[in-house]
Parts: sequence; C-alpha cells; structure tokens
Amino acid sequence: MKKALSLVLTAALAASFVMSASAAEVIKIGGIGPVTGPAGIYGSSVKNAMEIAVDEVNAMGGDIQFELQFEDDTHDAEVSVNAYNTLKDWGMQILGGTVTTNPCIAVGSEAVADNMFLLTPSASSQDVIDTGDNIFQVCFTDPNQGLASADYISSQNLGTKIGVIYNSGDAYSTGILNTFLAKADELGLDVLEPQAFTDDNSTDLTTQVQACKDGGADLIFLPIYYTPASQILKAASDMDYEVKFFGVDGMDGILDVEGFDTSLAEGVMLLTPFVATATDDATVAFVEAYKEKTDGQIPNQFAADGYDVVMALYKACTEAGITADMSASDVCDALKEVFTSDSFSVDGLTGSGMTWDASGAVSKAPHGMVIENGEYQPMD
Amino acid sequence: MQFLTYLVRGISLGSVYALIALGYTMVYGIARMLNFAHGDVIMVGGYVVFFAFCKSGINPLLSILIAMAACTLLGMTIEKVAYKPLRGTPSLAVLITAIGVSYFLQNGAMLLWKSDPKSFSSIVGISGLNLFDGRLQISAETIVTIITCIVIMIVLMWFVKKTKPGHAMQAVSEDRGAAQLMGINVNGIISLTFAIGSALAAIAGALLLSSYPTLMPTTGAMPGIKAFTAAVFGGIGSIPGAFLGGILLGVIENLSKAYISTQLSDAIVFLVLIIILLVKPTGLLGKKATVKV
Amino acid sequence: MAKNKKMKKTTRSNLLMFGFVIIFWAVIQLISLTGHMTSKLNGLLIPVCAYMIMAISLNLVVGFLGELSLGHAAFMSAGAFVGIFFYTTVGAALPKAAAVLISFIMGGAAAGLFGLIVGVPVLRLSGDYLAIVTLASGEILKNVLSALYVGKDSAGIHVSLKDQFSLGLAPDGKMLVKGAMGIPGIQKFSNFTVGIVLILITLAYIVNLKNSRAGRAITAIRDDEIAARATGLNLTHYKLTAFVSAAVFAGFAGVLYALNYSSLVADKFDYNLSINVLVMVVLGGMGNIFGGMIAAILLTILPEMLRGFSQYRMFIYSIVLIVMMLFNQAPVLVAWRQRLVARIRGSKNAPEETVETADSSYFEEIREKNSDDSAKEGK
Repeated sequence: MKKALSLVLTAALAASFVMSASAAEVIKIGGIGPVTGPAGIYGSSVKNAMEIAVDEVNAMGGDIQFELQFEDDTHDAEVSVNAYNTLKDWGMQILGGTVTTNPCIAVGSEAVADNMFLLTPSASSQDVIDTGDNIFQVCFTDPNQGLASADYISSQNLGTKIGVIYNSGDAYSTGILNTFLAKADELGLDVLEPQAFTDDNSTDLTTQVQACKDGGADLIFLPIYYTPASQILKAASDMDYEVKFFGVDGMDGILDVEGFDTSLAEGVMLLTPFVATATDDATVAFVEAYKEKTDGQIPNQFAADGYDVVMALYKACTEAGITADMSASDVCDALKEVFTSDSFSVDGLTGSGMTWDASGAVSKAPHGMVIENGEYQPMD
Repeated sequence: MQFLTYLVRGISLGSVYALIALGYTMVYGIARMLNFAHGDVIMVGGYVVFFAFCKSGINPLLSILIAMAACTLLGMTIEKVAYKPLRGTPSLAVLITAIGVSYFLQNGAMLLWKSDPKSFSSIVGISGLNLFDGRLQISAETIVTIITCIVIMIVLMWFVKKTKPGHAMQAVSEDRGAAQLMGINVNGIISLTFAIGSALAAIAGALLLSSYPTLMPTTGAMPGIKAFTAAVFGGIGSIPGAFLGGILLGVIENLSKAYISTQLSDAIVFLVLIIILLVKPTGLLGKKATVKV
Repeated sequence: MAKNKKMKKTTRSNLLMFGFVIIFWAVIQLISLTGHMTSKLNGLLIPVCAYMIMAISLNLVVGFLGELSLGHAAFMSAGAFVGIFFYTTVGAALPKAAAVLISFIMGGAAAGLFGLIVGVPVLRLSGDYLAIVTLASGEILKNVLSALYVGKDSAGIHVSLKDQFSLGLAPDGKMLVKGAMGIPGIQKFSNFTVGIVLILITLAYIVNLKNSRAGRAITAIRDDEIAARATGLNLTHYKLTAFVSAAVFAGFAGVLYALNYSSLVADKFDYNLSINVLVMVVLGGMGNIFGGMIAAILLTILPEMLRGFSQYRMFIYSIVLIVMMLFNQAPVLVAWRQRLVARIRGSKNAPEETVETADSSYFEEIREKNSDDSAKEGK
C-alpha cells in the first residue's frame, strides 16, 4: 500500500514537470537568490527591489513591459541550477541573478551554454564574469574592492598596523582578502596575520578581535557582511579597544540592524557605492517605495543592486529594441552588444554613469563614507 | 595574561554551550532521543525575549519568565504532536521527525520575523569585573551565565535524585516498560522532561544572545550542534558531564583560534573530540552502558 | 517451507528494484525522445541519481549494519574533490571518456580510503557516540577543504591552508583549488545513463553482499552484537566491509554529482546533506533499499515541486516531512493504514492484490524488527 502510494505520488510529481511554456507580450525576466536559509536576507532584499523596479518600469507604460519571476536557491548551487531550469521552462528571456557567488558560477555556465543574458546584482567574484562573455555584474568585482581598499587606506594613512578579520568560508570575503593582501604588500602596509572565522564558528568573534588588539592594530579591515561586523564592533567596544574600522560594500546595512546600538559604529569607514540615507531624488524615492513594500525595512546594498539590474536592463532593452517575441539567445546577443558599446551608460542608485567592458565588470566609482552621528558622511 | 584572557573568553563561550547542553542531555537522558530541534527552541526563546525586553522594555527577569512559559508550551506541543505518536518505534524515526521540527521552526521564524538579523541588547544590567588593572576583563554576561549554569545543574541533580517526579524520571530512563508496570505515568514524565528542557532553552537563548548578540532564524542551529557535541563529549545523559563538556568545548575552540589557526579551528575542535571519545568511548563522565543479554 | 517462501520473496523484491531502475531510465528516455523533456526535469536527473546512490549506500551502514552515521556526505565530498581534482588537472589532457572513468575510480578509491581512516578507530564506538564522531569527521573534512588553496606555477605545486596570498604563486601561476570557492571551471559532464548504470552497479553489489556470508554476518551483528561475537565472527572486519563499501559508493555519487556542475565547493557537503540522506533512508524504511530509492527521488524533487509556494516553500516542506514520518512510522497510523489496506483488499481486483500482499507482509517484517528494536531500547 505504502509502496503503491509512493509510486503514484512520484509519478504524479514527475508528470507535473512535463509541460510547455506559453508565449506572452511582456519580456520575461528571471531572478534567483536565497529567499530562505541563513543567507535569506540577501535574496529577499534583491527580490523586493526588483519587484519595485519592474512595477516602476511597467507603470511608465512604454513599449518595454517586464514580467518578473524570482526563484529561491537557498544559497546552494544545486538548487540554484534547478531554479534556473524552472525559469527556463517558464520562458525566461533574461536572467537578473543570481544573488550569491558560488551559485552564480554554477548557473553562469548553464547561461553560457544556453546563451542567456545574465546580469547579476551582487555575485561579485571574478570567477563569475570569467565564466562567459554574456555574464555581467552590477556590483564591484571583489578584487577591485580589495585593491581600492588597500589604496585608500594607504593614500589616506588611515592606519599604521592593520588587522584583518574575514570569513574564510565565504567566496566574497576571501575574494576581497586575496587582492587586499597582495596590494597591501605592494604598498608596504603593515598587515597583521589575517584572522578568520567561518559560518560554523561565528557565534563568538571576540578571540579574533582580541588577537588584533594584542597585535597592536590601530585599524581593522573588515571585508565581510554587516551581521558579523556588528558583532565585531560590539566585541571591540566591550573590551575597551579603541580602534578604527574599515569596511567594504557588505558593511552597508549595519546602521539598520534592528536593536543595534549605532553609537558603536561611530567612525566606521567604508567603501560603498550606495547609502540609503543619500538625499538624491532617486534614492529617496526608492527608499520610500521599499519601506512601503516591506513594512518599514531600510533597503541595503543588495536591494540597490537589484533595483539597478532591472533599470539597466530596461535601458538596454530600449536601446537594443528588444521585443517580447525574441528568443532568449537573440535577446542575449543584442544586449551583449549594447552593454559593451561605448555609448551605453546607466545612472543607477549604486553609481552614475555606470559602464561595462567586454569582461562583464562594471566601472563605477565607490564612495568613501564614514559614519558620523549615526549617518553616512562622505569621507574626503 | 594573554593566555588568561583567551581562557576566560573560552569559558565564556563554553558556559553558553554548557547551558544548551544541559537541555540536550536532560531530554536524552530521560526520553532517550536526540532532540535536534532544541537549538531552534532556543532561537524562539531568543525572539520572545527580544520582543519582550529589547522592544517593549519589559523587566528582564519577567521577559525571561515569559519566554520560559512560551518555550515550555512550544516544547510540550512539539512533543505531543511530533514525538509522542512515534513512541515505541526505533529512535531514528524520532530523530528524523526532530529534524523536521527543526526545519519547521527555522522556516516558521523566517516567515514570522523575517530573515534580517536583529541585534540583541544584553539582559544583564550589571558591569563586569576588571582584574589586574584592567588587563583581564570578565564580562558580567559570562559571570551570570556560569552562575546560572551551576545553579541549574545543581537544581537538576537535586530534582532528579531527591524528588518524586525525579525518581520517576530515573525509572523511566532505566526501563520504560518496568516503570509503566510500577504505575508511573510514562507519557506524563516524558512531557515533563520536555517542559523542563524547553524552559532551560529559553534561559539559554537569553544568555546566549546577551553574550553574542546576533539574532536570526538560524541562530540556534550551530550552537545547538555544538552543544550536542558538548553533551556527547561530557557523556550524554550525564548532567555534570554536559557542564564539563560545554566548558571544555568552548575553551578548546577559543584556544585553538588564538594559538593554532583561526581557519582550522572547527577541524581542531572536532579532532580533539574524536580523540577523547576514542580514549574514553562513553564521554568524560558518561556511565559505561552495560548491554544485557 | 517458510524459508523457501522467503527466498522467493527476496528474489522477487530484488528483481522489482532492478526493474524499477530500468523502467525509470526508459520512462525518462521516452519523455526525452518524444520531446516532452523540460529543463527542470532534465536538470534534476543527475542529482536524483546521485542521491539514490547515497541513500542505497547509507542503507548499508544504517539499515544493515545498524549504526547511525551522520557523516555520509563527507565521503561524497572526498570522492568529489579527488575525482574532480584529477578531472580538471591531469584529466583535461585525456580523452573525455577516459578522464571521466578514471575520475570515478579515483573518487571511489579516495572515499574508500577516507572511510577506512574514519572507520578503523570509529567502529569501536557505537550508538550516538559513533554518530557524533562521523558528524565530526565530516565537519573536519569540510573545514580543511574550505581552507585548502592549491596553485601551480613554473616552480611547481603550492599548497596552503591559510589563504591564496600565502601561496606565493608566481603571476603566471594557475589556481587549482581556491579555498571557499573550491574548484571552479569544471567542464561539465552529465549523462543520465551513466547515473543509472552506477545505480545498477551499486544495487548489484549490495544485493550480492546481502546474500553472501558477509551480508549475513553484518545483519547478525546488527541484530545481536554479543551473540555475533560469541559465534566467533570477526566483528571489525565485517563492520569495516559495510562501512568502507558504503563510503566507496558515496564517493562515486560525489563524482557523478560534481561533474554535473561547473564548480565544486566543500560547503555543500555539510552535516545538513548527511542528515538529508539519512532522512531518505529512514523515510524509505531502514534496510529497505527500494523504499530508500523512492524516498531519495521524492525528497529531491519535492522542494522543486513546492516552488509555487514561493517563500512558504521550505516551511511546507518541513510539514510534509513530519507528516510523512508520522504516516509511515507512527504505530497508531500504521494500524489505521493496515485496516484500510484490509478493506481495500476485499474489494480490489486480483493482480493488485498480489502486490499489496507482498507489501503488507514486508511491513510485518519491518514492524517485527521495529518492536525488536524498541524492546532492545528498553535495556
């Protein structure tokens, strides 16, 4: 009985996979990212922002109309490829994802094989764009962040002895670290032994901070996301350790952690292309829309990248004259040409005048920011 | 002095593990099941305290009491719905259901409270100790956690050894069938065990987050696994063993980070665990299980 | 007489298993040939095959040997990394078929070796202590592989367990293993037929082992270790046989799985994966290879089926998991199901009936075993 039931169930499940997609008058954009699981915040931010952007595009009532379907990948390459295939069956023509690096590399090779245009909001590793010439990034490439940080710290004389705390189990964090260390070595910065943690032992980060303190570091470089960073700031404050912190774009969002004592972040410096407190019209409008959609949450870096993905695609689709009846491969060829052309540039939330080269990397200027009185201020 | 600092930090982390491990070992000792969802009950307790204390400003002790009540209710419900129907089946079946419950709690929390991290403010209002002219700091959270841990350990041991329900628990743990024949309400005793374990989880949640303030739906998972390791380390089912195992695990984890390698500290912790278990196959304070033929 | 009947039943259930795998293959071929294949189904085939092999091989340890292993993913990981390392380095110069074949052999061998290293000391332990040590070895492997950097330049091979910078690689060097990023740039090789052949090989080995002297010894150890010892069986030898061969097949599954994606990271093979495979084994009925295979298919495609529920997906998955466990195992529900079966049997036609009979008698076996286990638990 049980066996028979299981067989019937399996057959029913398998049968429902066999179906065909229908055509539509809108351009179908897919999104992939972790909506559940420990990395859930990153995917949901991108998902919300992409939905906002698609609504805005459609409200303009132009020839280009988008339809968005966003699939969960739980930050797992296998699930991410499954999500990609689901979207393909749905009739996706352009992929705006994936959100995290390792899944994006796996999905990237599928997209290359299918000649599917892929514009990732936030998968920032060099390996992502190296996968193929139809893969583009909205975020900075990790090595660039490492280089820029080392340059900035050196040119502004921010520290004499530099400690580093990074996530050795994370592609983003190790990607930045690698070029940071190489560049720092070249510039003659005095960098202490980097202190690592993993997602499995990130409960307690005080030992790593203590090691920086004992090593006499006066600046700690944090190529990590804001969640562990908030723990590190608290640990340093608890041990009366007066030290400066320097972060990268993953640090953005730290001021909006619910319950976080923002005075701890006083004086934290970071290189980031987006700040939610910026006063330009686009940012203000976006933050407003995002808050409305999510019951008052403040958009982070990921959300801004996700918004820019849709807006860049909108502009490129307009310029390339993409229509809803084109095949994904034709769309890809047309978009590739537009994105790499000299005249194409996008003014987005994460930078004005963003341009792309043939490698797929974006060129935009990071802003040095410093947190003062619980707000970002330009650091000059 | 440096060594002392790292040692204290290790003990601080270890005391949190120990507190969680006490709940694990309690349930295992009586109900003979690994409650993989224990870490997630801790997370729920953490959220309750967060909303009561950090958001609504309710008195910390009262907040913990609310969380204990909520977790007790949750734990007993889980036991009744998911574990009790499987009584009498192989323990693996219950283990798998417990894993299902763990997924359920994590994903439910994500739907209810969103996946964005929250920063917990310490429920401990007093300040810590500064020794040797401030060169050795012991945080108030650490002191409170260790004291709480020891008090709970003593109370639990007293409860199991000296009270009537405690005796019944021992009997159920020894031989469930015989206990039933002696007129002990086995189901009631197991429910009681889950109630106690879950109430402990609420306290553990509050103290875990007071020391390490990031609160997310997955917050309980890793400390849960580590505490399970600690409980086995000390000899699962043994109350003082859970305490000892937890402290040692925290100390080994932090000393290996400080002196060997931060990259490989997980590997080192688990390697030490394997070696100790090979030398002492039932954990540090575990009873030698005699198999009756 | 009773023994004779039992033999016949085993043969039949074995044939049923092989038949099922071949029918599975044929159905997929049919869907593919008639042009009904969706990308989603196509993408799930290799993972499904890999998890089926994982479930079958873990059944050897959990179902037949009766030991709880929480580190089966580690063997998959060991196989995948060694196999893929070979595939992307030396294998790149070989013909593809040869490269794949050698990768499988190397992956299986590596996993077997790791199984031996873990198994020799660990099998002295039992119960939850064994479980925690297998979990620990899996976490150790994951941690070390995540910190492993290997690069190659004109000066030779560089290895570091810290970070890429400490490799001191010359600018012309090439990274082979990149720590948390694992091994990127794998030339994908995904072939469903290879997956099916691997399942058949695994099945053949296990069925053969089960009916051999070693297999009977292994089940004897599970049922009563003391009695088995008393009859002079070499316990360590037989336990190791089961443990190491399960590891080898997990290694094959690892290579099969990893070849299906363009990058391989150690993080994938954490205790959650081990637990998922364990769920497949227990859900399918411990020791029931066929059930394990069905559960592997079901649990791999279920989360994909639930995509329509968007963010409620994993929440619903957890509920389904709990309900399935209760439905399959809870004594009250099993009894209710038995009554239902009895009622259906009264009204259904004949051919259906024979299948049902085979099934329900199998249940009795399982339940007998279950009650044995619970009796033992009361010790």
